[in-house]
Amino acid sequence: MSGISLADAHAVRTGRSGFSRPQLIGIAVMTALVAAAPFLLYPVFVMNVLCSALFACAFNLMIGYVGLLSFGHAAFFGMGAYLSAYAAKNWGFDAELSILLGGAVGGVLGLILGSIAIRRQGIYFAMITLALGELVYFACVQLPFTGGEDGIQQVPRPPLFYAIDLNNDLAMYFVVAAVFLGGFLLIHRIVHSPFGQVLKSIRENEPRATSLGYRTNDYKVIAFTLSAALAGIAGGTKALVFGIATLTDVSSGTSGQVVLMSLLGGLGTIFGPAMGALVVKAMENYLAPFGAWVTVTQGAIFVICVLAFRRGIIGELGAALRLPL
Amino acid sequence: MNPFDVFSDWFMRLWHIPAVAWLSQLVLGLQNGAFYAMLSLGLAVIFGMLNIINFAHGALFMMGAFVTWMLANYIGIGYFPALILAPLIVAAFGLVLERTLISRLYGLDHLYGLLLTFGLALIIEGLFRNTYGSSGLPYSPPGALQGATNLGFMYMPNYRGWVVFVALVVCLATWFLIEKTSLGATLRAATENAALVRAFGVNVPRLITLTYAGGVGLAALAGVLAAPIYSVNPNMGSQVINTVFAVVVIGGMGSILGSVITGFMLGVIEGLTKVALPQFSGAVVFAFMIVVLLVQPRGLFGKAA
Repeated sequence: MSGISLADAHAVRTGRSGFSRPQLIGIAVMTALVAAAPFLLYPVFVMNVLCSALFACAFNLMIGYVGLLSFGHAAFFGMGAYLSAYAAKNWGFDAELSILLGGAVGGVLGLILGSIAIRRQGIYFAMITLALGELVYFACVQLPFTGGEDGIQQVPRPPLFYAIDLNNDLAMYFVVAAVFLGGFLLIHRIVHSPFGQVLKSIRENEPRATSLGYRTNDYKVIAFTLSAALAGIAGGTKALVFGIATLTDVSSGTSGQVVLMSLLGGLGTIFGPAMGALVVKAMENYLAPFGAWVTVTQGAIFVICVLAFRRGIIGELGAALRLPL
Repeated sequence: MNPFDVFSDWFMRLWHIPAVAWLSQLVLGLQNGAFYAMLSLGLAVIFGMLNIINFAHGALFMMGAFVTWMLANYIGIGYFPALILAPLIVAAFGLVLERTLISRLYGLDHLYGLLLTFGLALIIEGLFRNTYGSSGLPYSPPGALQGATNLGFMYMPNYRGWVVFVALVVCLATWFLIEKTSLGATLRAATENAALVRAFGVNVPRLITLTYAGGVGLAALAGVLAAPIYSVNPNMGSQVINTVFAVVVIGGMGSILGSVITGFMLGVIEGLTKVALPQFSGAVVFAFMIVVLLVQPRGLFGKAA
């Protein structure tokens, strides 16, 4: 994977938190924006962006730090959404348990599918994850609990901790914001832990990591599981926000979209996937009346990103400012 | 019911399925296998030379079908000329794609080639969906290939036999071209070591362009063959290509004949599953892929990973 150009390749001095000073400022700005957003924009739209942003950050953990491109991440997002919706609707789980269940399901599925997929590398890994994602899609079409073409609809928004009512969009918004920021910081913590350093060494030179005594396959499976669990949490949160979980959430279109978000924002950057999610979701929102032009535009963005700015929005910004963002 | 009863019920049901049902699904499986074989062969040829996995392959397959439909409806060119013309037109389009876009990525990580061709697939499919909608356009097979032949034990639709026949001829011709001719020898040498072959005065970039166009032509030819079977619609490529990727993982991309055999074999397995366990027929190729990955990760015909 040594050929892939990643924005964070240069070493930086970081404080005890693992963040450099510009990154700390970036996080402060992002937190302020997240806190102000529901008063400036339609809260449901911003919640959709935040769920996608967490999904993209989780995806970026694999491509950006392990160098493995998963083309089936919708499987974890979608199964998380299904299970959260099902638990909230049929078992009366409250919000935090439903979301955690979504994450657990994503993680278990990630552990199983990840152990299969890491048996090959590079483009084979991408094709295998695509095929496994398709298998999960077929399973969701067949299994009775998913509701087939209809999906799970009219999921009531459960209260938080059996006490706080979330039917108010603003209350729900701050739960979603907390989930996103928590996931974001957790990913950062993982990336900057000793474990994360081993992941990056695998990305840069796997044979050398092996020769140093690391069981690289174990590391890859653990990273894949963590990424899948966070994708499941993102899916579960989204299901509670919209009260619905459908086949779209597990489809290969969703898998492609998360790849687009990360690429557009900047592979291997901290803020890139969230930025990419914002742009892609905003575009989807404003281009929705134009039908298939959404697909054409997304395709064009892929082509332009790959040909003209492979570092993505945040990666290019970071390169211009000579800062790792 | 305990699991044993479920199994024995299923087995008894299997026992009572008439042989004709098995045979007709076998033929249908061979037909689908013909498409898998041609598509995975094209992917393997392109991968061998360009080191990229062509995610636009399904979209180009769909284009082959659409060009066939356009030739018939706009300028009245029939099926048999389209069998030659449509692949040439789509291959020319592929040639332009390779020269203008894909060639800029050589030397970069091959994930970029994957992302670029994925984007191209989205653009092509989106444009066709905008123009023709998603409902699908009818295209009838030529009179000579309509109807069915009585084989004594079953009726075989003529068109299915034709698809399998054309696919076999094309796959064998491709194998012959690559393995037995001097052009093929140059191609294989350039796959092994492009720099060295260039030093011998071979125009390797041109060879790469022609290889991409050739692989695209194979996809488009499969599209022409598919036009009378499936309704011609913008989604037909993305539906089949996910299965083809699984086929490629199962076979490994190291061998021409390996791709062809794997393609036909999985078509047949899928067809027979439709009789035995209908609800699993959509998933059986992917399940087979998992088994192969667990037992022999490099694929049935692949070189060491």
